[in-house]
Amino acid sequence: MVNMESWDWDTQEKTVSDTNGWKDKFEWVEEFQASPDGEKVAAIVKTGEAEFSVCVNGEAWENTFDKCWYLRYGPDGRLSCIVSSEMEWTVAVDGQAWDQSFGYVMEVKFSEDGKNVCAFIQQDGMYGAAINGEPWENLYSNMTNFAISSDGQHTAGSVQTEPMDEGDIFKFQSGIFTAAVDGKAWDKTFVNVWNKAFSPDGKRLAAEARMTLYDYTIVVDGVPWSEIYSCVWEPIFNPKTGAVVAPVKVGASWTLAQDGKTMWNRSFVQCWQQIFSPDASRVAAVVAPKYGKWTVAIDGEAWHSIFDDMVSDMVFSPDGRRLAAVGKNDYDYSVIVDDTVWNGTYDMLWQPVFSPDSQNVAIRAEKQGRQTIVMNGKPWKQECEQVWDPVFSPDGSKVLIRSIEGGRYIRRVLPTTELTG
Amino acid sequence: MAEGQVIDGIYFNEVWEDAGLDEGTKKLTPEKIEKVINKVLEGETGARLKVYVDTCVHCGLCSDACHYYLSHDKDPTYAPVAKVKQTMWEMIKKKGRVSPTFMKRASQIASTQCNVCMRCAMYCPFGIDIAYIMSVVRRICHFLGITPLYIQDTAHSHAVTMNQMWVKNDEWPDTLQWQEEDAQEEIPTLRIPLEKEGADIMYSVIGPEPKFLAQLLYQAAVIFETAGLNWTMPATPGWDNSDMAMYTCDNEIMGRVKRVHFETARRLRVKKIVMGECGHAFRSIYDRGNRWLAWKMHPVYVEHAIEFYYNLLKSGKIKIAKKYEESVTLHDPCNVMRGRGLYEMARYVVNEMCADFREMEPNREHNYCCCAGGGVINCGPPFKMTRMLGNRVKAEQIAATGAKVCISPCHNCHSGLEDIVSHYKLGVHVKFISDILYEVMEKPGAV
Amino acid sequence: MHGLYNFVRGPLAWVAFILFVGGTLYRLIAMLVIARKKDNVVFDYFSLFYGLRSIFHWIIPFANRNSRQRPIFTIVTFAFHICLLAAPILLLAHVLLWDESFGISWWTLPEGVADIMTLIVIGGCIYFLWRRLTQPEVKFVTFASDFVILAIVAAPFITGFLAYHQWLGYKFWLILHILAGEVMLVAIPFTRLAHMIYSPFTRAYMGSEFGSVRHARDW
Repeated sequence: MVNMESWDWDTQEKTVSDTNGWKDKFEWVEEFQASPDGEKVAAIVKTGEAEFSVCVNGEAWENTFDKCWYLRYGPDGRLSCIVSSEMEWTVAVDGQAWDQSFGYVMEVKFSEDGKNVCAFIQQDGMYGAAINGEPWENLYSNMTNFAISSDGQHTAGSVQTEPMDEGDIFKFQSGIFTAAVDGKAWDKTFVNVWNKAFSPDGKRLAAEARMTLYDYTIVVDGVPWSEIYSCVWEPIFNPKTGAVVAPVKVGASWTLAQDGKTMWNRSFVQCWQQIFSPDASRVAAVVAPKYGKWTVAIDGEAWHSIFDDMVSDMVFSPDGRRLAAVGKNDYDYSVIVDDTVWNGTYDMLWQPVFSPDSQNVAIRAEKQGRQTIVMNGKPWKQECEQVWDPVFSPDGSKVLIRSIEGGRYIRRVLPTTELTG
Repeated sequence: MAEGQVIDGIYFNEVWEDAGLDEGTKKLTPEKIEKVINKVLEGETGARLKVYVDTCVHCGLCSDACHYYLSHDKDPTYAPVAKVKQTMWEMIKKKGRVSPTFMKRASQIASTQCNVCMRCAMYCPFGIDIAYIMSVVRRICHFLGITPLYIQDTAHSHAVTMNQMWVKNDEWPDTLQWQEEDAQEEIPTLRIPLEKEGADIMYSVIGPEPKFLAQLLYQAAVIFETAGLNWTMPATPGWDNSDMAMYTCDNEIMGRVKRVHFETARRLRVKKIVMGECGHAFRSIYDRGNRWLAWKMHPVYVEHAIEFYYNLLKSGKIKIAKKYEESVTLHDPCNVMRGRGLYEMARYVVNEMCADFREMEPNREHNYCCCAGGGVINCGPPFKMTRMLGNRVKAEQIAATGAKVCISPCHNCHSGLEDIVSHYKLGVHVKFISDILYEVMEKPGAV
Repeated sequence: MHGLYNFVRGPLAWVAFILFVGGTLYRLIAMLVIARKKDNVVFDYFSLFYGLRSIFHWIIPFANRNSRQRPIFTIVTFAFHICLLAAPILLLAHVLLWDESFGISWWTLPEGVADIMTLIVIGGCIYFLWRRLTQPEVKFVTFASDFVILAIVAAPFITGFLAYHQWLGYKFWLILHILAGEVMLVAIPFTRLAHMIYSPFTRAYMGSEFGSVRHARDW
């Protein structure tokens, strides 16, 4: 994990960069990205005719490119961008392009510690993945559903293993897709393979698959569960036991299954986006107990608070005892924590963030075009053009708030109590 | 044309070769048919189907609703109720004990001789939804593996790529970047913002746009740029809102595709989705796909292009520089007219843009179907003549307006109407609203 | 003859009414139960306002496009259905029976009017028969059962008319008339005449979908 202890938790407020000046310097400034520690703000900028670069705190990278897109900070604070020069694409990290370049690059993903930067690549019409610029040895004629392990040392995709003529439905139905891990395809093929999950140690891979047009199951390391379902959703690994858990459709209703056996004694009209608590003692999922009615279920027990449109962005507290999520009715988003809906609705909400001691929940929120941080239901007094997700200090006593106000990018460290009131 | 003939005791009003249907039928056994029919009827249908079947008094009043029936000089085998007779009634009556040839004919009817346009639901005094019954037939055909080849291949494309046209993961953002570059020649500040989290709008389109109709992406970008909107497009699967799996009734794939679409919108934290000029995609997002996933309505508001343009013109965010001079008529696509009631908004937009607008008769929710929708055009070349012969009334309806241009704010309608215009030599140009809007709007940013 | 009359007028009438009411309730409840179980969306999208709006547009002649397209059919079918319901309920002879048995009565039609209405129903049946025999789109979907149903509907009116005019023996036609009426009552919940029970629901459901979801008209 990233060492947050070393970040500056003392400076209460500083203007890191006045981005108003950027527009004078560059004819084109794209949306801003803030570094995790809040010390830097960056954007893709146009530096000349058909020439792009990345501006960090007002200074552009030395290197320029023909095109730049998907600028993102990794968890370790390094800044990555997909860049192109002379019709070739690669990833530039803190201004330095990878040695290797490709026909195309997309879907850049970071390991939890940020050290490994992985990307979905295309080279000469063949597809695969690259880790820190190093591509798979084997590439495939088609690939989808790119996934990486949490340490970023392994990558996977759903790949096509045999050629198929256009419109050859019979060949397709014979099963010409499988998963490839680090470039090596599973032996067994399927009609389709979709979302995948790596085990926490990165050694195993589970995936949703369709064996025929009608028979769905979960496949782990190339071996399908013995049970067949009429549909399944994305699997996850139990971080402690290594068991695989996925939503499965039995008859007309959905429930969770673990290693091919029903896990919950209750079923729902819908069930997905399941997550384990950090200690793996509890599992939660977004469920629809009734048609068009959404909530959270923990260990099969549905909450009472119901949303008409959707529930998303579930997150367990570090101690695993609490859970926060976002719900939506009509145009209004609300935060729901432990089956209690906060007062106040918003036009947009991001994912809730728990404090390390699990006591406080903060979230990035937007209302009428202004963004702020809301903590335990109470909005921060400052309304900004933009804020980023709040970050708690390791001891939970302070909150790092990154914002843009009047064009100035400001880094603030506030006592948590100032937000909780 | 292929004349009607009796095969294995089953009357086919048209005979075409289709590998999906022909090969699929060869693999059928009576046992399998019986099992699948009963599985679907018992497992997936309930009061609606039963009540519809028990309520229908065989009065034939739905007949005049159907463009196939009218275009085939009132051949009774094309009447909506006749399609139910030749499929579902028989399956229920015989408790699934029907022959492979019967099922082949049933698939032909449900997949290629019905556009599930729902016009007949408006002509049945009881409001019986024959499109729904035809969908149940298609669902049975899906489980039996007797779906026409081209649309089945498209459903496979959805299953693999989450888009309609086997567009690979890199081809989509790459196309947008090329379109952006091209459009910058006209408007230097123009941007197609990819993956912009927190934008107000996610713009989604259908697979054929990056594949064959990239100018539509260009035009949309010009409209967004000129209106000064905060918008984005995803660079990942989830960008395509279309759904032929909905029409093959591979509901599981339909749901999967819709889930990716809405979850992509949620991931990008957009407040609404604006979609291009497509009808069936709207149906899949607003009616069928969301329901299969247990979303009562769309979980993120979806604004169809017609409503989007209406709001832009009404609010003055887009202004018209000079009205379009050619005479135009408007085709009302079923999925956004009967499906969403956008007819008055469409007329506002057309009247704002065009100097000479002529109504087709009948119009609005009573308009005749294009005969391409409902997945029929997606059944491909083997059934092209089914569409041409099955929609003479549309050709007559367009010709009667005398208009030089037919506006069709739906992709399937657009392609289907182009075929009809050429088959019946109407000499009419078929255009999207955006084709004309792009031409007549003020573009202050253009050089 | 008299014993037979008493039988059809007494126990058999009870049986017919019980089957009619019971059968109707059964069909309705069965529909709702199966809808709850397997078609719950029907309830989720149901709207009383839009359901009634749709029904309104379809129980008024020429208030929907299809009825304007087919003026003759519209006139015939509305006249037929109005007379079919009104004539038996408002017939003096029938009301007298209710009065005699249960002491309840209500306004009745002048006998001449009821007679004309009966002829309209019979005429309607003939028109429908003609459609079934000659109109290709109707003929194609006509089964033997459709003729039987038509006969079941026509029979009480034909026999009633003959009994009223007392041609060839009043008692004979009267007994046949009562029997035919009982057959029709029993047939309502158990044949396609069930459209009498179901159609308000199918109409209202379609009206709800069109009105509240599709924001469109369904007439």
